Amino acid sequence: MTDETILKIENIDVFHGTFQALWDVSIEVKRGEMLALIGANTAGKTTLLDAVSGLRHPSKGSIQFEGEEIGFLDPYQIVELGITQVPEGRSVFPDMTVLDNLLIGSYAASARKRKAENLEKVYDLFPRLEERKRQVAKTLSGGEQQMLAIGRGLMADPKLMLIDEISLGLAPIVIDEIFRALHKIKATGITVLFVEQNVNRTLKEADRAYILERGRIALSGATADLRENQEVKRAYFGVDTCEVK
Amino acid sequence: MRGKVMGSVDVFTPVLMGIMLGGLYALIALGLSLVFGVMRLINLAHGDLVILSSYISYAIFTYLAVDPILGLVITIPFMLLLGFLIQKYILGRGFAISSETPLIIAFGISLVLQNLNQILWTPLSRGLNTSYSHMSFFIGERQFPVSYLLAFLAGIVVMVGLRAFLTRTYMGRAITAASQDKRAAQLMGINTNRIYGYAFAIAMGAAAVAGVFLGMTFPFTPTSGISFLTIAFGTVVIGGLGSMLGTFLAGIILGLSQTLGGYLFGSASQMLIVYVLVLAILAIRPHGLLGR
Repeated sequence: MTDETILKIENIDVFHGTFQALWDVSIEVKRGEMLALIGANTAGKTTLLDAVSGLRHPSKGSIQFEGEEIGFLDPYQIVELGITQVPEGRSVFPDMTVLDNLLIGSYAASARKRKAENLEKVYDLFPRLEERKRQVAKTLSGGEQQMLAIGRGLMADPKLMLIDEISLGLAPIVIDEIFRALHKIKATGITVLFVEQNVNRTLKEADRAYILERGRIALSGATADLRENQEVKRAYFGVDTCEVK
Repeated sequence: MRGKVMGSVDVFTPVLMGIMLGGLYALIALGLSLVFGVMRLINLAHGDLVILSSYISYAIFTYLAVDPILGLVITIPFMLLLGFLIQKYILGRGFAISSETPLIIAFGISLVLQNLNQILWTPLSRGLNTSYSHMSFFIGERQFPVSYLLAFLAGIVVMVGLRAFLTRTYMGRAITAASQDKRAAQLMGINTNRIYGYAFAIAMGAAAVAGVFLGMTFPFTPTSGISFLTIAFGTVVIGGLGSMLGTFLAGIILGLSQTLGGYLFGSASQMLIVYVLVLAILAIRPHGLLGR
């Protein structure tokens, strides 16, 4: 991790129609770190990722990536800049093969020239994807689909990777494997911002975390500090459970 | 449509006629299937756009004396461009309003085209009567029209071509991806609005081919589009949304049911049999034969 800011979100409001999902949210992501976004369902985590990805535009505030304002750009332009999102529920293309799913990940012009190199990296990270490259994506297990979704995201040659609901519906052993892969991805210099429901796990894996509550940032800080924070213990581990496992 | 049973009347004749006719039906339906699969739009103007292509070929053939099949070098690019412009400037804006709006717009385009064709070409029946379109080929004693065979072959070429395009090229894969999960496609850096434009354009390129071979097989009028839209719709529904191979097989099922229905029950009831079959298949397999 460096001190350089790669993504700076300042005071954004985001609406779904007339419903305000995010209120005055500010987040700063440092280059090379692994940052987590914690919060209950409907806290606004996915909305925040979608605002960065350009699927939703903030009505107020700014989103800057490497110093450039990106809040008004369309999703395909955001991908070109080097931000990729691994969506909630994996969303692999069900009737396409594993290989075609990966290749479509390198659709952006900025990613195509490093296609072969990135494909090799993905296969190194998840050898199972290479074994199953001719298989249709919908026949994969949930864990394999998550690997495919992450691999497809890597094919976009990202600088910043957003991952929504990493462990949702996955077996513990698979979750371990996914987190190991994330640390390897981080080690290659890619900044990772992930959303996760399991607070305990998140505070162990990430460098820093932001806690969203009903569309607002409630708390943020280094995960080591958050683990000791009384408010976090009360809200997420029960009042008297002072020891975080 | 008016599949006549020619030559000696044994069951082989309607079977082969049905298969060839089915190739033409598939050819007409492929563009509708592509648009249906990718944009979730029932393009009500599809039949009229096919007939427009027939008229353009007719003009090229009549006034420039260029063979309609050779004339495809003009007709296909023209329809590609027209398709792209229709999506970009008319349908695309409708999608921004609501998902029903493009359906109504497509109906509007259909009416405009019918009347435009009426004004330009009069309501008289026309045909692409080339030197070879009325020739026959023989299998034993049985006689078959060459135009049916050409239409069938064109159907195979377009189906195989579209399949290869959709699975082997970046643009084709992007179209496929957008049809399977639009949101995920956007997150892969695919500009879905532009992809819709390309998909519609390619569907119109297929419609151009369909228009030429339809015009060599059947006479057409400015309002013929509706009946071909109905057949194409049945084909797409049976084949399953967006499946090119499914569309092709469904075309053949429709063609066969029409000619065999005519052979067994008389030509008056042949289209009834086609639509009863469509309903029956939908009752058994609501997502079509090869549908997702």
